[in-house]
Amino acid sequence: MTSNNTDLVRAGLARRYRAEKRFRLYGLGAILVALAMLLTLFVTIFGSGLGAFTATEMTLEVTLFPQDVDPEGNRDPDVLSAANYRKLISQAMLDLFPDVTTRQDRRALLAIVSDGATYEARRRVMADPSLIGQRIDITVPVSSDFDLLNKGKVDETSAEHERRITDKQIAWFKRLQDRGMISTTFNKRLFTNSDSRQPELAGILGAVVGSMYTLLITLALSFPIGVAAAVYLEEYAPQNWFTDMIEVNINNLAAVPSIVFGLLGLAVFLNVFGMPRSAPVVGGLVLTLMTLPTIIIASRAALKSVPPSIREAALGVGASKLQMIVHHVLPLAMPGMLTGTIIGMAQALGETAPLLMIGMVAFIADVPGGPLAPSTVMPVQIYLWADSAERAFVERTSAAIMILLAFLVFMNAGAVVLRKKFERKW
Amino acid sequence: MTDQHQPFEGTAGQPRIADRSVKVSATNANVYYGEKHAIKDVGLDIVAQEVTAFIGPSGCGKSTFLRCLNRMNDTIDICRVTGDIRLDEEDIYDRKIDVVELRARVGMVFQKPNPFPKSIYENIAYGPRIHGTATGKAELDEIVQSSLVRAGLWEEVKDRLDSPGTGLSGGQQQRLCIARAIAVSPEVILMDEPCSALDPIATAKIEELIDELRTNFTIVIVTHSMQQAARVSQRTAFFHLGRLIECGDTETIFTNPQHNLTQGYITGRFG
Repeated sequence: MTSNNTDLVRAGLARRYRAEKRFRLYGLGAILVALAMLLTLFVTIFGSGLGAFTATEMTLEVTLFPQDVDPEGNRDPDVLSAANYRKLISQAMLDLFPDVTTRQDRRALLAIVSDGATYEARRRVMADPSLIGQRIDITVPVSSDFDLLNKGKVDETSAEHERRITDKQIAWFKRLQDRGMISTTFNKRLFTNSDSRQPELAGILGAVVGSMYTLLITLALSFPIGVAAAVYLEEYAPQNWFTDMIEVNINNLAAVPSIVFGLLGLAVFLNVFGMPRSAPVVGGLVLTLMTLPTIIIASRAALKSVPPSIREAALGVGASKLQMIVHHVLPLAMPGMLTGTIIGMAQALGETAPLLMIGMVAFIADVPGGPLAPSTVMPVQIYLWADSAERAFVERTSAAIMILLAFLVFMNAGAVVLRKKFERKW
Repeated sequence: MTDQHQPFEGTAGQPRIADRSVKVSATNANVYYGEKHAIKDVGLDIVAQEVTAFIGPSGCGKSTFLRCLNRMNDTIDICRVTGDIRLDEEDIYDRKIDVVELRARVGMVFQKPNPFPKSIYENIAYGPRIHGTATGKAELDEIVQSSLVRAGLWEEVKDRLDSPGTGLSGGQQQRLCIARAIAVSPEVILMDEPCSALDPIATAKIEELIDELRTNFTIVIVTHSMQQAARVSQRTAFFHLGRLIECGDTETIFTNPQHNLTQGYITGRFG
């Protein structure tokens, strides 16, 4: 009998091990597919986005004629600021190419220099008015089309009418290169500028600051409200139909498409309360509504996971319910609550749709000065750039995605650190 | 059930103990968990400065009844307690009684050692701190030390008061929990199977400790082990299916039980 049984077990062994091996392979396959997709995503984004981190610049010798910059000679900042630096830059460019004479050609030549050159000249003069009258070297960005040309992203062999720059312009640019006036540097404007119509001047700073204001407001509202709601529901709320209804509704809210929250924000915060359009404060409120369910659900789960023995221990020595919660339950639930909150914040950081509804999609060329100032956020900036016609925005879109991903990774790392810091053994 | 209609000593009409001072007394105590009637008409006196043991088969309601004595059952929404339970002649379920104050007077030690995930010192100091019974650090240190000494743990932990209480062995953790209960200076200490998670040596230490603590505290202990009840208690109450079957001096219960259910349980015929 026994030997018979052993034989039966042995006969089935091979089949059981095969099944197990198959099962493991399925899992491995799933992970490989996921990794491959992730890799594709990264390769695509990094491949097209890395170019945006370098910029093509041109060193231009500009003479700051006093009669143009400061005709009165009294160094009045208003006058200095309003001076026609464009004329000086144009003059410097035309001096380099005495052979360019026709009006059309001159305009084509001046297109090589970005509008940013005039801002740069003004900045230099405002910083140091003693430069007036001198001949100085200023490093100015070239237009995005020539930036792409310099990076080899323009097909020079294609027909002239199929590209945005003419053969003549290419020849002029080559001459500038031959004279060693063209250089490639790190594109710091991407980090220090806000949005611009000129891709070579466009930066992410305004959107980053906008995102920060928005997230700060979201965090400041959703964490306390979410934790308080979770504590009430978990520790105080009586078990009745009303509590059940609240619970069902919170779970439903977590699944509501985010654009609905945007519409709600538009209807309530903008139209009823008359709050400012495009402002981070409204974005923060809308994202608070969106992240609250996530935080409440995660916090309740964290509270539930605190062992009842700790609650009993606290009550047993005569702690009041509040003392039990504040001294024992909350510290133990904190890692879970923080994880939930940071997941919610990461969601909020990447959220676009509801912010479109409340006008955070506007073209904002300034860094927002506060939570009430018009602003945009990183994902919306990505959306705006992806939608722009200029080809140079393609690489900037990818670069912005990389910056957004970096923020997300940073936040998740923060979540891990916080969890480790607050984690305690029972 | 033979005991249903039979009047016997130990239920509602139990005679009061004349010659000893009664610390806690219950009359007609009933506990309901929703529809379930968990404790039926229990009447019982617990004598001061004695150890009273609750014994009985699993699910007989001995722990439930124990938890009525410091109103730990309040934390369970569906639990309802009726009847009269008095501590020093005061109805503990009266509206005027504050449950926090009650639990400061009636401490509890649980089945599984449950130290707070904090340092040994903080575990002991927590109670005195929230009740404000210690003024200043010196007094708090004093309470921590004396509590640990009385719980027989001082020698083992005096050099590592800052290390986590959860790092101690099971038996040490349970003595830490006893020290934590003592630190609040309660009048009564309830122990819910305090040794069921411990090995025999740790158990012996706790039993010894219980015997020492009797001089200062009134102790009620729920136990699965009849030997333990016989060793540590002066009085024993036998519960069965939510009823108090018999209550009396431990010696009498174990040598001359009045009820045949008690007889059956202590001789190991069921339970």
